[in-house]
Amino acid sequence: MTGQSPVLRLEGIVKTFPGVRALDGVSLSILPGEVHALMGENGAGKSTLMKVLGGIHQPDEGTIYVGEEPVVMSGPLEAKAKGIMFIHQELSLAGELSVAENIYLGELPRKRFGLVDWVDLERKTNDSLSRLKVGFNARTRVGDLSIANQQMVEIARALTVDAKAVIFDEPTASLTDAEKVVLFEVIADLQSQGVGIAYISHRMEEIFRITDRISVLRDGQYRGTVNTSETDEESVTQMMIGRKLDLSRLASHHELGDVALEVRGLCCGDLFEDVSFSVRSGEVVGFYGLVGAGRTEIAETLFGLREPSAGTILLNGEELRIASPADAIARGISLVPEDRKTQGLVLGMNCRDNMTLPQISDLKAGPFVAEGAEVAIFDQYRDKLDIRTPGWKQMVGNLSGGNQQKIVIAKWLSMHPNVLIVDEPTRGIDVGSKSEIHNLIRDLAAHGYAVIVISSEMPEVLHVSDRIVAMYSGRVMRTFTSEEVTEDTLIQAISGLTPGQAA
Amino acid sequence: MAPGTLSTFLKRGAIWGFIVLELIFFTVAGHLLAVGEKTFMDLDNLLLLFKQSAPIGIIAMGMTIVMVNGNIDLSVGATYALSAVVLLDAMTWPIFGGLGDWVIPVACLLALLTGLFLGAINGIIVWKTGVDAFIVTLGAMLGYRGLVFMYNGEQPTSHLNWTLVDFAEAQFLGLHTATWFLLLVTVAMWFLMNRTVHGRNAYAIGDNREAAVNAGIKVGPHMMINFMIIGFLAALSAVVFYAESGSVNPNDGSLYELWVITAVVLGGTKLAGGSGSIIGTFGGVLAIQLLRKGLSHIGADTSTVNLVIGLILIAVLLLDRQLNVKGKGELKT
Repeated sequence: MTGQSPVLRLEGIVKTFPGVRALDGVSLSILPGEVHALMGENGAGKSTLMKVLGGIHQPDEGTIYVGEEPVVMSGPLEAKAKGIMFIHQELSLAGELSVAENIYLGELPRKRFGLVDWVDLERKTNDSLSRLKVGFNARTRVGDLSIANQQMVEIARALTVDAKAVIFDEPTASLTDAEKVVLFEVIADLQSQGVGIAYISHRMEEIFRITDRISVLRDGQYRGTVNTSETDEESVTQMMIGRKLDLSRLASHHELGDVALEVRGLCCGDLFEDVSFSVRSGEVVGFYGLVGAGRTEIAETLFGLREPSAGTILLNGEELRIASPADAIARGISLVPEDRKTQGLVLGMNCRDNMTLPQISDLKAGPFVAEGAEVAIFDQYRDKLDIRTPGWKQMVGNLSGGNQQKIVIAKWLSMHPNVLIVDEPTRGIDVGSKSEIHNLIRDLAAHGYAVIVISSEMPEVLHVSDRIVAMYSGRVMRTFTSEEVTEDTLIQAISGLTPGQAA
Repeated sequence: MAPGTLSTFLKRGAIWGFIVLELIFFTVAGHLLAVGEKTFMDLDNLLLLFKQSAPIGIIAMGMTIVMVNGNIDLSVGATYALSAVVLLDAMTWPIFGGLGDWVIPVACLLALLTGLFLGAINGIIVWKTGVDAFIVTLGAMLGYRGLVFMYNGEQPTSHLNWTLVDFAEAQFLGLHTATWFLLLVTVAMWFLMNRTVHGRNAYAIGDNREAAVNAGIKVGPHMMINFMIIGFLAALSAVVFYAESGSVNPNDGSLYELWVITAVVLGGTKLAGGSGSIIGTFGGVLAIQLLRKGLSHIGADTSTVNLVIGLILIAVLLLDRQLNVKGKGELKT
């Protein structure tokens, strides 16, 4: 591979956003015909780097070379014209438009007078789609497709131009195995044509299967590049987080109590079906599966946000119907939602007000809000959870991700729940805070809470759970105890491979 | 029939079903109440209805593309009035004295340019400042209306040009001039939104702005063009209407923005953008005009008409929500 000149080269790229140095002198080169993995934790700067490459952001310092010549890309179309394609995650689509229009978004083929050349558009699109072996055509409305198929639409964009380099941003996050195979074929195909590929993914097994080299970013800084064949998962992880990852379970020995929450045969439309499990107080149950496996939807059903179509929910042995979140809260079920910034917090409000939000109507002194009681609650949980903030007046939006998450957890703890559901507790949180949150979850279980943890990160699930429920496309595939679980069996279960013993 | 086809059909065809329902209702009610001598479904009556739909209808076509684009324009009523003032007043300006009847195209052109210009102001503010279109055009609505009053105080601006009146009252193939303009604008806008790159990009921007930006679509210029289109159409609507009436009150066209938005929403365009159709809007315009005419046909007064239209608008949106619920698994809000 040496001797070839890179198709794409970055030198000393610096990108700052107000208050953050997102990229700090990153250099990277992508050779023709190689798959180059870009790894790093959330917030390490991968996405920013890719956006710089794709022409969406302009670097503050440093140079991008396409082939031999330095280029300045002022927009996505210019990047595309230079042969750099950026394949976004599935969100970058317009649901009301057709597949063809989405694939050629921004550069629909034209006839005279700015008219769209529909014939040409459809022919070209169907050509690309046939290479992807998908079951929809150019005219399908994107909003009617499944998430996986939407991702395939996004991938089809890579095939529409004579690309020199293609950037894939977590393309497999929502794909099923069958589609992954097709994607890898597409990548191999591009590779054989001498296209350089930048591949972002969190999934180690993919990285080691298809990539040639791995570059690692940490906190906006370039940590080095290694040949995939000469390294292993452990050392890559070490490069990413700066230390060895402790995969062992957090041992905290305490007695398990009675069954706090039991779910029997719960169904909700076509989101999930026949889900049964139980959580005892003092126990942490992890839910693991791919995006779209129905984990979040179960949590939302338990929290009264969705109406189950069948099945029963028992709380402390008593059957009940949860009609609304208010109902769930009153019964002692709390949900720390997936997206804390849009679902869990009011970013423009201060720490104290966010924390007391669910119980503010009870904190009254006459007709007024009892400020003293509010501050008392805030102080109590700030000390308990070690929330680092200058004071209760601080806007939640200004806190770090870890502290924001603690505010959300504190909000629910102050309601004294029996069951705490935590959805993706450490998404977008740095390593240090991550382990703090993990310890906190174990700690809460030790204090007798029944905790459900939903996570897409295997180390996290393995780390905190007493039992793990593996889900695949709306079904519980298997329930593991922490003693019997291995990474292999867990991956098999969430891929729907072995419908082993039912839960 | 595939699942969902029925509800899709209901949603697409709803406005036309509603129009048929109105026709039946007013015909029957007209007979039963034995008001007027004529039946409601009279040909002349329906031709008149088309003609009267034109002022709102022409603007509604522009509002459709602006709303599909994810914006809104509240200033159309004021733009309409100001363009009308320019149209009628320009015909009396001494510099055009020697032109004779050639003053008509000149005045029309000036009025249309006024609309185009006012729309461009809205567009450039929305584009360059990033302020929400609702706020920008709310300000413009007050500001432009202020200009109308500054022009001639509380006095109406009047000028009747009989050549122009003859043109406006002419009927070609049975349809009035105003109706022809409405149809022409409808066809042109349908073409623009479904067949041109600009139209398709407008959908993309309204649907998922970030995706559009990522794809390199220049969002600002598209929005500006759409604001210019609606400004132009508001002016065109004024030209069509005042050619015949010859006198504009400074308060003319107020509440037009609300009628227009009502028609567009009835026609199935989403307030959030990304979805909507010109044909639907055409149906919405006809439905509202039918309702106004029909209610007065059976003897209801203006206040009742407004009440009924308001109730129907809310009922339609409720129905739409019900049809859009994806089943029991839907997330509650």
